[in-house]
Amino acid sequence: MSVTFSDPMLPKLYRVQRVRHEMLDTFTLELEPDDDSAIPPFATGQFNMLYVFGVGEIPISISGDPDKPRPLIHTTRAVGIVSRALQQLKPGDTLGVRGPFGSHWPIEQGVGKDVVIAAGGIGLAPLRSTMYQLITRREQYGRVILLYGAKAPEDILYRRELKRWRGRLDLDVYITVDHATNEWHGSVGVVTRLIPRAPFDPSKTIAFVCGPEIMMRFTAAGLEARGVTAEQIYVSMERNMKCAVGFCGHCQYQPYFVCRDGPVFQYSRVQRLLTKGEI
Amino acid sequence: MQTLEAILAAHPFFQGLDARYMELITRCAINVRFHAGRYLFHEGEQAAHFYLIREGRIALETVATPHQPVTIETIETGEVLGWSWLFPPYRWHFSARAVEPIRAIMLDGVCLREKGETDHDLGYELMKRVAHILIQRLQATRLQLLDIYNVNPGSGGGPSR
Repeated sequence: MSVTFSDPMLPKLYRVQRVRHEMLDTFTLELEPDDDSAIPPFATGQFNMLYVFGVGEIPISISGDPDKPRPLIHTTRAVGIVSRALQQLKPGDTLGVRGPFGSHWPIEQGVGKDVVIAAGGIGLAPLRSTMYQLITRREQYGRVILLYGAKAPEDILYRRELKRWRGRLDLDVYITVDHATNEWHGSVGVVTRLIPRAPFDPSKTIAFVCGPEIMMRFTAAGLEARGVTAEQIYVSMERNMKCAVGFCGHCQYQPYFVCRDGPVFQYSRVQRLLTKGEI
Repeated sequence: MQTLEAILAAHPFFQGLDARYMELITRCAINVRFHAGRYLFHEGEQAAHFYLIREGRIALETVATPHQPVTIETIETGEVLGWSWLFPPYRWHFSARAVEPIRAIMLDGVCLREKGETDHDLGYELMKRVAHILIQRLQATRLQLLDIYNVNPGSGGGPSR
């Protein structure tokens, strides 16, 4: 069997250009191909497999702007062996990258509609690229609303960008935290509390939701209570992935392979599965 | 300029309520304003009113550790503040502080409660509407208690591990 350059199982060598420490356990890697070749085009919501040599490989959503693919940007939390090894990388270090893989946030379906982006915690990372795209093509959409929830004020991701987006008159940005002292002057409460406050027309809305599964479930329920149907809602699923191309079955989610059929799913397709703890 | 009656009738809390009740409710309501930093009520005090927030953000606070109030949640534009006026012992469970300048409608809860005791149709309507708010807040509190961002560290960013 011959291996070609486009073999999806063959990592390409990338070099760390910059590491941004977003929070104690959350960081952003900016990567460039080691041979300075072009970065493959990607769509918002897709992911790459990042390979720390000698340690292992994990899937990470792309959090950069598809219109500005250089450098390749990933934000993640250091919670496992591989992600901790990724956090230790320094500028100039190399790693393997395969991808992009998976389905994307269907922003093209939002043209002419209100777009609600609901993110919880680090769930903002794969949706940041969606925000970039919506802002670039702002005139094509109705209201663009970002609902973002974090655990505490110090856990808010991409603070500078959120501040910039909040300052724009053509975006509605709502931020809340679950817990705060009285030094915090913003909203306190779970992210679902923002849904009734947001000004969108449920009959002409598309919603993209990313966060812990329970957050996505409750958020989707809140959106449905406002009149948004399950067909108008998209969620991004996370499962243990290995091959990323639908061969190995590690990420099987009942009839789906999350790597190939997802990670972005129409909520109506996974709604029933989300309440089953055994899968 | 909108009349108090029109504002109340348009508010989701009173939507669909019989006109004769709206008249009564309007008589029990006044416009109020609070400066940022001012407390609308304090934990343990008699709960005789509730508020429809027309504009602004209010923090519901309690003291978890000495000199360090914790914000339980915020009540914001368009929402209803206070249900302790409807249930014994009619005392506030938390303190409410204006985070921003507040414009609100204050309603006389004691008056409405007494009317509801004699007119059970009104009492039932008020109970249903307050129960709806309680359910929403209960669900939100349950989610808050789950500490969802720590349930499965690393989860929630789409593929991220």
